[in-house]
Amino acid sequence: MARMTMIEAIRDAMDVKMGQDEDVVVFGEDVGYFGGVFRCTHGLQAKYGKERCFDAPINESAIVGAGIGMATYGKRPCIEIQFADYVLPAYDQIVSEAARMRHRSNGEFTCPMVVRMPTGGGIFGGQTHSQSPEAIFTHVSGLKTVIPSNPYDAKGLLIAAIEDDDPVIFLEPKRLYNGPFDGHHELAVTPWSKHEKGEVPEGHYTVPIGKAQIVREGSDVTILAYGTMVFVAEAAAREQGIDAEVIDLRSLLPLDLETIQKSVEKTGRCVVVHEATLTSGFGAELAALVQQHCFYSLEAPVKRVAGWDTPYPHAQEWDYFPGPKRVGAALKATLEAK
Amino acid sequence: MSKKSDNKAVSTKSNAPEFTKDEDLYAYREMLLIRRFEEKAGQMYGMGLIGGFCHLYIGQEAVVTGVHMASKKGDASITGYRDHGHMLIVGLDPKAVMAELTGRAGGLSKGKGGSMHMFSNEERFYGGNGIVGAQVSLGTGLAFAAKYRGEDNVSLTYFGDGASNQGQVYESFNMAKLWSLPVIYIIENNKYAMGTSLERAASTTDLSQRGASFGIPGEQVDGMDVRMVREASERAIKHAREGKGPYILEMQTYRYRGHSMSDPAKYRSKDEVQSMRTERDPIEQVKTRILDKGWATEDELKAIDKDIRAIVSEAADFATNDPEPDVSELYTEITV
Repeated sequence: MARMTMIEAIRDAMDVKMGQDEDVVVFGEDVGYFGGVFRCTHGLQAKYGKERCFDAPINESAIVGAGIGMATYGKRPCIEIQFADYVLPAYDQIVSEAARMRHRSNGEFTCPMVVRMPTGGGIFGGQTHSQSPEAIFTHVSGLKTVIPSNPYDAKGLLIAAIEDDDPVIFLEPKRLYNGPFDGHHELAVTPWSKHEKGEVPEGHYTVPIGKAQIVREGSDVTILAYGTMVFVAEAAAREQGIDAEVIDLRSLLPLDLETIQKSVEKTGRCVVVHEATLTSGFGAELAALVQQHCFYSLEAPVKRVAGWDTPYPHAQEWDYFPGPKRVGAALKATLEAK
Repeated sequence: MSKKSDNKAVSTKSNAPEFTKDEDLYAYREMLLIRRFEEKAGQMYGMGLIGGFCHLYIGQEAVVTGVHMASKKGDASITGYRDHGHMLIVGLDPKAVMAELTGRAGGLSKGKGGSMHMFSNEERFYGGNGIVGAQVSLGTGLAFAAKYRGEDNVSLTYFGDGASNQGQVYESFNMAKLWSLPVIYIIENNKYAMGTSLERAASTTDLSQRGASFGIPGEQVDGMDVRMVREASERAIKHAREGKGPYILEMQTYRYRGHSMSDPAKYRSKDEVQSMRTERDPIEQVKTRILDKGWATEDELKAIDKDIRAIVSEAADFATNDPEPDVSELYTEITV
């Protein structure tokens, strides 16, 4: 099996779907001629032509709005927003139009559109290139929000997203594009070519939306994580010598509550980890659900480890980023809690 | 109102307004400061002292310099993320600007903003904005405030050719004309929105006419010739200051470097960059004039360069040795 970076896997997913389905079109800022600032669409315009992979002006609102129109008419647009931080002008279109198309037309129309965007920090991007805005999407009925943490899942989830008949927000943890970054910024990252999760099958396959994956089995505490934090959580558990079960959610909405519940009922303790700011973050939803569904199994309060409630900093990035040290401390505190 | 300028013309046009000796020497010095500062920032980025995103202004120096020469103290200015030159021209300390790039306590925003987010109330500089086009509405509001207060200040609102396609730009144009606001929209058309050329992103490429449907006058200006920039800016600023409303200046300029430090700029040819550098460089134009007119000797210009290099070197030393902000700074200027 070929090993790919996450960038190559994402490109491969679009390539597979463009090859299978003429209705799939790919567009966004710098995606056509230039091939995307992270190179995720490199070569697609050369292979499929300017009518199927093309550049758009710097117009997030109209890019998504036009995508919704295309999707409603029967195309399957796969849109790139250059950084998740740039999506806000398009938020109105996503919330007021895309998410509600099926419901308000009573199923007459759907919106099979994917909006891809690099998310998260760890690249010294400061406040406009590092944010993790997943919670503003999961707060909206009608949107599916997924976030892969490795090349295999990225390809399979993106194919599933493109094939989905409803809008999917596809978040790409940019710090994972080239390797499984675990928060140890002082060390070089192992490239995906030397990591088993870099193995990506050829051709078509899907990773179903709505299914989490247990990436590390354990019995003492459950860690709920997604994106970059999956590897941070694994590193923290390993370094602290804690028998933690790490669940990579992969899909935030729909959420695989069954897998979460089974694990927490087994371990009795739960730590939720995300890069995004704490207050009203997706972790609040997870903590509430665990409390609701696993209350009588819990031996300690559910703990959240998240970005501080500040803008993403320019200086002090590693004081902000919830790395293995902070996650490790939360694990210990949760295990010691009575 | 539109004045067409030929992209390919070498801009030693006979119709260019002459500068006095002092003006040419001022423009030379200021543009050279920006260039040497940016060259140093590029080096420091390469050395890992500056991280993340860093957008250099090299090639575009004549724009802010000419606009600044036509403005007065009290005028507000605001721009996007390619902002180092805009700060230096209004007189902000190169040490504090460079230290913000390196994220140090002595940086203009105390390390909170980085390359794209610096501000000065004293100099009426409202940033430094990372989101493409967002500053255009803000600049419109600055003009509203100046007018409301009965001050004769104008808003110098800079943005790029890429931003000129953003929807909020046109919402702002409409309001600015509707309310007759003293704002000059300065479009720095450097021909590439990141990796996408203007032709691939814009249905019409004469950006000076983007305000036509709102009744906003506009001009295309040779943005590589500081004299042309100043002359057009004087006209635009006078228009706005006299209460006649907004004005658009499309500055036709060019960035020599990539969009940011991580952009190898493979979407354009080396010849294109080279011909701009050799035929239209804004600093070389002034230098040639100064030498031709005998206003300074080669040695005297070298002395100016040496002086500027010392200023930039001092800024770099400061930005390298200044301490990083204390961790507690993460939570200052946070209200909730």
